[in-house]
Amino acid sequence: MSKAVIAALLERFPDAVYQPYVGVGGDACAFVQKDRIADVCRFLRDDPAMDFKMAPYVTAVDYLGANPRFEVVYNLVSTSKNHRVRLRVKVPEAELSVPSITPIWRGADWFERYCLDMYGIQFPGHPDPRRLLMYDEFVGHPLRKDYPLKGRQPIIPEREIDDLFRGPGPAGRS
Amino acid sequence: MSGELDIVPGITTRREEATGVLQKLVSRGLGWARKNSLWQYPFVTACCGIEYMSVMSARYDFARFGAEIPRFTPRQADMLLVVGTINIKQAPILKRVYDQMADPKWVIAYGVCASSGGFYDNYATLQGIDRIIPVDIYIPGCPPRPEQVLDGLMLLQKKIENQNHKLIDRQPAPVEPGRP
Repeated sequence: MSKAVIAALLERFPDAVYQPYVGVGGDACAFVQKDRIADVCRFLRDDPAMDFKMAPYVTAVDYLGANPRFEVVYNLVSTSKNHRVRLRVKVPEAELSVPSITPIWRGADWFERYCLDMYGIQFPGHPDPRRLLMYDEFVGHPLRKDYPLKGRQPIIPEREIDDLFRGPGPAGRS
Repeated sequence: MSGELDIVPGITTRREEATGVLQKLVSRGLGWARKNSLWQYPFVTACCGIEYMSVMSARYDFARFGAEIPRFTPRQADMLLVVGTINIKQAPILKRVYDQMADPKWVIAYGVCASSGGFYDNYATLQGIDRIIPVDIYIPGCPPRPEQVLDGLMLLQKKIENQNHKLIDRQPAPVEPGRP
């Protein structure tokens, strides 16, 4: 079923989608050109025969030593058609930015922030590009393969808390 | 009970001796009261919390030792139970909870993660809460058995019993710069 999706993608975007293959578990996979990923995703969501309503997992991989070094992986699911597809985008280290798909699927928000946090990949078009897990004072991106194994960083001071009801938090209260 | 407290200087006046005895009596009484009414603040962050619930509930019954009620405000608590992994993002919060507790206060590091970071030897985890706050008792285990926790609590009770207590402790509280 999902092979039909890849076939449709190859037909619709012959210059953007390349190297289709069947991944582990039988999922249909394909590589996509970096700057076309938003167009491909928009087509997958809006086309009635595709009808991908979810992006349940977006992540990144660091192939240290390879060129291009990074890869962003999009796993997409259609609940109505019951098919899924995996799209991979190669990201060179010199230009670490991929168009955001958060305007297309709201659920990709935190996954893209995760990739930003852990791998340092920028997503232009993301509504709220902040770190997801680590704190703002953290230097570097811990899931990169060249991050030191025990790269501990100093303990941070307490941070101001924006309390909706009581105003600034205890650290700023005097 | 023998320790440094018992060593009496060779020459003492009668008055000093008398106050010494009285103070010791008061200290013992306070120690007995404090060790048997340890109100706790559970700072539960991880899977050790499941064991903590087991310790608290009927089968093992932490309350037998006077550690009766979890107080969910640090201002009413005597004993801070740090149950679980503390990461660096969370460390300032734990420090603040400790600072908010009124003296006298004791800290138990519950499980290896709180004691030493455990197997989370990585970029995000605080390698033991003793890097930010003083700890009285370390309970090893991943997670510790309830028996170990009870043993740790009894050790803490012994420690409190042997400490020097005063009715009014005039030691000024440390003031952090920039805070009232």
